[in-house]
Amino acid sequence: MIGSAMIPVPLARLPWRLIWLVALICTIGVVTLYSAAGGSLSPWALKQAIVIFAFSIMAVGISYIPEHFVKQMIFPTYVVILILLIVVEMVGFVGKGAQRWVDLGFIRLQPSEFMKPAIVLTLARFYDLLPAADVKRWRGLWPAALLVLVPWALILVQPDLGTATMVLVGGVTVIFLAGLPMWYFLSAAGAVAAALPIAFAMMHDYQRKRVLIFMDPEADPLGAGYHITQSKIAIGSGGIWGKGYLNGSQSHLKYLPEGHTDFVFATFVEEWGLVGGALLIVAFGAIVLWGMRVANRAKTRFAQLAAAGLTTTIFFYVSVNLMMVMGLAPVVGIPLPLVSYGGSAVMTVMICLGLLMGFERQQRTKTSLS
Amino acid sequence: MKFTTAHQSLRFSRRMLLLGGAQAAFGTLLLSRLGYLSIKQNEHYRLLSEDNRVQMIVVPPRRGWLVDRHNVPLAINRSDFRIDIIPDQLENPTQTLRLLASLLDLDPDQVDRIIKELKAARGFQPVQVAENVPYEKYAAVTVRLPELPGVQPQRGFSRFYPTGPAVAHLLGYVGTASAEEYEKTKDPLFLIPGFKIGKQGLEKTLEPYLRGTPGGQRVEVTARGQLVKELDPQPDRSGQTVKLTIDGGLQEYAARRMADHSGALVAMDIATGDMLAYVSMPAFDPNSFSKGIGQTEWRMLSEDDHIPLLNKVAQGLYPSGSTIKPAMALAFLKQGIDPNRRVHCAGGYQIGNRYFRCDAVHGSMDMHSAVERSCNTYFWAMGLVTDPAKTTEMVHYLGFGEKFDLPIPSQRYGTMPNPEWLKKKYDREWQGYDSANTSIGQGYVLVNPMQLAVMPARMASGKLLQPSLLLGGKRKPAPDLDVDPTHLEIVRKAMSAVVNGRGTAVASKLPLEGILMAGKTGTAQVFRLGSRGHQSNWALRDHALFIAFAPADKPRYAIGCIIEHGGFGAATAAPIVRDSMTYLFDKQKAWDALAPVEAQLGGTLAERTERRAEEFARIARANLAAKATAGGGQ
Repeated sequence: MIGSAMIPVPLARLPWRLIWLVALICTIGVVTLYSAAGGSLSPWALKQAIVIFAFSIMAVGISYIPEHFVKQMIFPTYVVILILLIVVEMVGFVGKGAQRWVDLGFIRLQPSEFMKPAIVLTLARFYDLLPAADVKRWRGLWPAALLVLVPWALILVQPDLGTATMVLVGGVTVIFLAGLPMWYFLSAAGAVAAALPIAFAMMHDYQRKRVLIFMDPEADPLGAGYHITQSKIAIGSGGIWGKGYLNGSQSHLKYLPEGHTDFVFATFVEEWGLVGGALLIVAFGAIVLWGMRVANRAKTRFAQLAAAGLTTTIFFYVSVNLMMVMGLAPVVGIPLPLVSYGGSAVMTVMICLGLLMGFERQQRTKTSLS
Repeated sequence: MKFTTAHQSLRFSRRMLLLGGAQAAFGTLLLSRLGYLSIKQNEHYRLLSEDNRVQMIVVPPRRGWLVDRHNVPLAINRSDFRIDIIPDQLENPTQTLRLLASLLDLDPDQVDRIIKELKAARGFQPVQVAENVPYEKYAAVTVRLPELPGVQPQRGFSRFYPTGPAVAHLLGYVGTASAEEYEKTKDPLFLIPGFKIGKQGLEKTLEPYLRGTPGGQRVEVTARGQLVKELDPQPDRSGQTVKLTIDGGLQEYAARRMADHSGALVAMDIATGDMLAYVSMPAFDPNSFSKGIGQTEWRMLSEDDHIPLLNKVAQGLYPSGSTIKPAMALAFLKQGIDPNRRVHCAGGYQIGNRYFRCDAVHGSMDMHSAVERSCNTYFWAMGLVTDPAKTTEMVHYLGFGEKFDLPIPSQRYGTMPNPEWLKKKYDREWQGYDSANTSIGQGYVLVNPMQLAVMPARMASGKLLQPSLLLGGKRKPAPDLDVDPTHLEIVRKAMSAVVNGRGTAVASKLPLEGILMAGKTGTAQVFRLGSRGHQSNWALRDHALFIAFAPADKPRYAIGCIIEHGGFGAATAAPIVRDSMTYLFDKQKAWDALAPVEAQLGGTLAERTERRAEEFARIARANLAAKATAGGGQ
């Protein structure tokens, strides 16, 4: 079926460096989930492996979508996701329950999950269409702001502070890279700083509590501060070399809550120590570096902005989760992509990676042709 | 200037650099945070993680015994049966509790408590269902155990006092540690169901010796408290046995001999100062407290007018009455009063504008006959011609109002008044009538029953004895009293005459060949205006006191006794002291004397205690039934 001469070409064209990094991280994830289940493939490790496998196929598939098709499809996709967001919100409201997900059988997805890459692509497309001269004008800002703030607000009221923040930050990154005047950002940062107390007042009680607990986790060691405290214990007690695989007492004896989802990094570092943790961080760093290179080398404005935005989305996933787990940020419920159990983050990151691979493939083929 | 594509491209590159820099900075931050946690803080977090992982299941130590001077046990541990629940292993709480309640006859209050404790319980820590379970019920639970997962029948230990009320106030009792006691010490031992600590008396003060060190099973547990595996166990060490100076036989005898009187008796060994008896009656049954005293019993005890909950030895204060007179006589002698100096008693004495009435018209009295016959007039007269400061100093020196270093919680020491004290306390000068009142042990004089034993012991031995309760360890020999031995001889002779001459206690001679007892009666006014000794109302009658030592010529033992509202000292206190003293020399004779007393009361102390316990239980059941019907009617 497949000619022997044909095989190496498409395979050789895959970005192997990236694939090895992703494989390494995914392996770490599955191995850690195996340990978190007390040395068992069920309930997490096997399922996660399957999910990862399925989404990597999907990512490779996405990488073959031509840029112009992405460009064409992005606005309609954005609108569809927006409608989905409104619909689930209404259904949830009518049903008096918070049904915010779409069941795909093997994975339950929140429409907000799709919004993370979609917002980046939409804005990239918007600035792609915007004449360079308009970038400094008002019309360079307000449509973009609207594109970001509407989904942001919809997700915020769900309420899902973590995802809302990710969408906002992803959008702002693209707007920033699009070259809008610096004073926008500085004054916005100033305004945010000034508005923080108001935002704090408007938060849900549980969110406010998380922020307060983050400031002083020991104030409530058995309550809301428990997560952060136990996570720091798990990471700190691992030392340089860790307690050894399958020997993490914090996770195995269930002192560490969410040791297979949001706090999986703590589970991993407890057993593999500073060495393992640093390896994982460096691997993620290398992926981000790779993505930023793709953005730098991109030939089209859309590709530039989209690649940088998607990379930053991955970066935010990782850094917010790690800051949270290591007690540098409040607990907001963001998983560590490719490592935490659960398909949503894997899907988002695989979509991002697939698109990035697509941009990268394009650069290579173009350079090789020219 | 127009913003062109070229500008745009340049700006993109610059901002990418900025963004990349920020990302690199974050990466560095994350890596250094990771390094900080796992290197710098590693030690700290490793300890915390071990703390999480390893828990101790505390094994309570067995409480040390309390034994008397002949190693006869006064407080021991009796094995008993208890039922606990391990919350973690409980499968069907409602059904299990219902079955347990019917098997063990638990009342609704107890079931409520268990449910509450189960809700608050964490994992492996057992919750007590019942203790002191009778064997039949225990067996009934054991048989049904397969249906009762999580229920743990156990053999425990409960404190047992073989002589019951006889040692109640001396030893106190044990009970479950209160929430405040746990808060203060945070001792995990206090949370173990069934673990008891000393609450009163020696049980409380000797707690550090008696408790022992808990053992423990180190276990690995999950966050929910589930046991994962057992680590190295640590054996427990029983508490020490503490040997008391008490003579258990005498203690029990004196308590029983006191019959239904309310009072206290302290006996001392004159050679050493050892306290041989420390009796306060009536008393509660400390065994009831070990089991957890019932509400009814507690209420009945607190409402009793003989105050069985009060330790009268340590906390009862009484006017000494005439028991002060031998010490007074010694004080007079030291101040140069000739023992042959005579005072005429015409039945009273005029001091200032008040006439003090004596008990009788004694006629011409010298020191010897004044002590022997307890003539107040003599002491009033002598009190007025001596220096009150020196006189009271001597009496205090002999023990009245003195603090003793004894392992007894909350003692009261009473008052031996003197001019300086009066000035400070009431801001007035010492008057003649103060001397008069003090000379016969009234007025401000208040003594505790220990002092009533220490005083005759010091006068009999001529040594400054200190009372002690704990045997073992070297004791310094007591120094000689700073008193002329010939003076002591005069007083001892007079005290001997009280019992063996023509004195107030001749009816209380020892029934022993060749052993004479010396003593002094005392009658302390309780109700000033009442005619003395003839009150029909018990609470208004005078207190009866007696102090004694024997043998009169070669003293070995001293006893002080007070019987509340006992009337004349000679009438009630002296016979009790006589029989207790007899016990020390001839037990059989003493038991023979006790038999008719107890026969009249309707049984021995043990029998009466048992009857009373049944009575308490009956009333408690009646109350519970009444409550149930009242509750059902609502």
